Amino acid sequence: MNNSEIIRKANDMRWDIGETLHDTVLESIYKEAADISNSTVKSIGDKKVYSFDAKLDRIVTSKWLGFPIMFLMLAVVFWLTIEGANVPSGLLASLLLDTIHPWLKGISASVGIPFFIDGLLIDGAYLAMAWVIAVMLPPMAIFFPLFTLLEDFGYLPRVSFNMDSLFRRAGAHGKQALTMAMGFGCNAAGVIATRLIDSPRERLVAIITNNFSLCNGRWPTQILIASIFIGTLVPSHMAGLATAGAVVGVALLGIFLSLVVSWGLSKTILKGEASAFSLELPPYRPPRILQTLYTSLIDRTIFVLWRAIVFAIPAGLVIWLVANINIGEMSIAEHFINWSNPFGLLLGLNGVILLAYIIAIPANEIVIPTILMLTVLSAGMIGMGEESGVMFELDSLQDTALILEAGGWTALTGISLMLFSLLHNPCSTTIYTIYKETNSAKWTAIAALLPIAMGITFCFFLAQIWQLVA
Amino acid sequence: MNELHNCETCPVHNVDNLVKLGINMDKYDFVVALAGNPNTGKSTIFNNLTGLRQHTGNWPGKTVSRAEGGFKYNDKSYKLVDLPGTYSLLSTSTDEDIARSFILFGQPDVTLIVVDSTRLERNLNLVLQILEITDRAILVLNLMDELKRNNLEIDVRTLSKKLGIPVIPTEARQKKGMTELLKIIDDICSGAYVCKPKRLRNISPRIDAAIEELVKSLSERFPDLLNARWVAIRLLEGDQNIINAVESGEIGRLKSEAGSSAQPKLQTI
Repeated sequence: MNNSEIIRKANDMRWDIGETLHDTVLESIYKEAADISNSTVKSIGDKKVYSFDAKLDRIVTSKWLGFPIMFLMLAVVFWLTIEGANVPSGLLASLLLDTIHPWLKGISASVGIPFFIDGLLIDGAYLAMAWVIAVMLPPMAIFFPLFTLLEDFGYLPRVSFNMDSLFRRAGAHGKQALTMAMGFGCNAAGVIATRLIDSPRERLVAIITNNFSLCNGRWPTQILIASIFIGTLVPSHMAGLATAGAVVGVALLGIFLSLVVSWGLSKTILKGEASAFSLELPPYRPPRILQTLYTSLIDRTIFVLWRAIVFAIPAGLVIWLVANINIGEMSIAEHFINWSNPFGLLLGLNGVILLAYIIAIPANEIVIPTILMLTVLSAGMIGMGEESGVMFELDSLQDTALILEAGGWTALTGISLMLFSLLHNPCSTTIYTIYKETNSAKWTAIAALLPIAMGITFCFFLAQIWQLVA
Repeated sequence: MNELHNCETCPVHNVDNLVKLGINMDKYDFVVALAGNPNTGKSTIFNNLTGLRQHTGNWPGKTVSRAEGGFKYNDKSYKLVDLPGTYSLLSTSTDEDIARSFILFGQPDVTLIVVDSTRLERNLNLVLQILEITDRAILVLNLMDELKRNNLEIDVRTLSKKLGIPVIPTEARQKKGMTELLKIIDDICSGAYVCKPKRLRNISPRIDAAIEELVKSLSERFPDLLNARWVAIRLLEGDQNIINAVESGEIGRLKSEAGSSAQPKLQTI
């Protein structure tokens, strides 16, 4: 009997047996498993199995308390990150920017390195890298371990459980809540995590909407701008809370938009029903503190930081070049800023921000330093910070606020920037990851262009309404 | 039986016997697969043995594709493959495909089936399905600490006898039970321990007859096929992947001689 004949025989027999085989086989497996388990497992005492877990689950996944607890946890994690990162960030900045940078400049001057090489390498590449380390390392070193502890404890599947019905109503897969949570660390990681969604349709929905999770590279922007334009609106002892509240607000807006866009996609270009899935709520396990600290530092913090540095160095070179190469009277940067400023103002932003976002496509982390440098340059504020054309770090919020106000910033600019920071194209790493995962230029383009189209629309309407009301 | 013995004094115990190779495994003597339900600690065991830092986390489904690493024990080198967690090998999702294809076509020398000891019954469903496919398997009874915390006890000896394979209690997060696990992996790969796994029999007279007839044809056509019964059931259920493997004859190229240390052929999935 050859191969095909065997298959034909099996096919004939299948008709004979009917459709019950699958169920019968399953049943006999289940019965066997139950028998073996009954004869080998016994309980000691009469304490109920997993009584602690069951009680805790009743609270954290309850209809009324589930969401408030989730938001509270999110807020506490952000608050700890914001408050805790302040001091080490300042220390790193004073070391890398106020001490090492002048020292490098001194050496280069004494050796007689030509100004453009000195400028490119020290004022461009080195400063970009130093700024990224000073701003990124402390919040990441706090956020990632906290997040990993929650993960190790077993809280993430509860988040997924709470969000499941929302995502299902949006036509998306319940596991999208998990990939969304990963996106809060890094969108590229979130996109890779969508592999755990089987249905290609729902996976695409999850990939396209992952960018609405505020990633690690965008918090410094959110936190700094919220501190300047929202933290200062309230008494100083409330500033930390108000800032954290504003950042959580933007993060929640991201979640909301992620649901809305998922719904929109499921009704239009990615039509379909949500597929059912079973998610097991794992038992709570006591987190292993030391190991978590170690692995989250090595696997996440160093990994993300390294990527940021790799992208910051060439970006620093570009910034220095566009700020220092003149065409006619003005530098390339000033030409672009003047040209794009009217368009920027329509959106509540300005030309500086638009240019900063173009330069910072490789890494969201360097948006703020680029903005500050370009603002100083275009407003002709010589003597502030360091010499113009150099990316610098400001020692206090007040200094930053002064520069931004001198650059014509208002509360609208700040809020629009926070909104635009949530809603713009993903960074180049994420775009590349999306391409690798979907293998499709079309879906990559949609994932990249949809958020920025939304950002422009939202900012435009916000600015118009603001100007009507104000 | 739930006590994890302190083996420091036992002659078998020798930390020097284990060399973690990370991803350096150009040559290996044996292939070991890690299978099991989601979130039972496969990746933690993987990391313990290979010294790699595959991301672990307390949520199901975090291993999305298979990870590979190596270790050396008693002068033999092993390649360890961490498979995605699955609840069954019957229905087809990507995860289950990866896991099943590897156990079937990758022909591991031994499969470690990692189970959550606090949820033994449900975990056994997968164990029994895996035992239909492969002869050489070890049941890793993980999370024994949680079992105790929940006032449960498992009769390890009876369990091992009923399943026909070795059962090793572990607490992978605390790195407990790894020495015993390594020892038994060594025993099975070298042929010192022969498994006699539990197989499902007597489903119903009519079905049994059909299976038997198909097994006969399969065994004639592919004399080396060890799990002809399982293949027959899958054919009867109309499993497309298995139908394709029979059609192309791929299924017959799977040789599996107990104790053979020949480099197994790893097929891309």
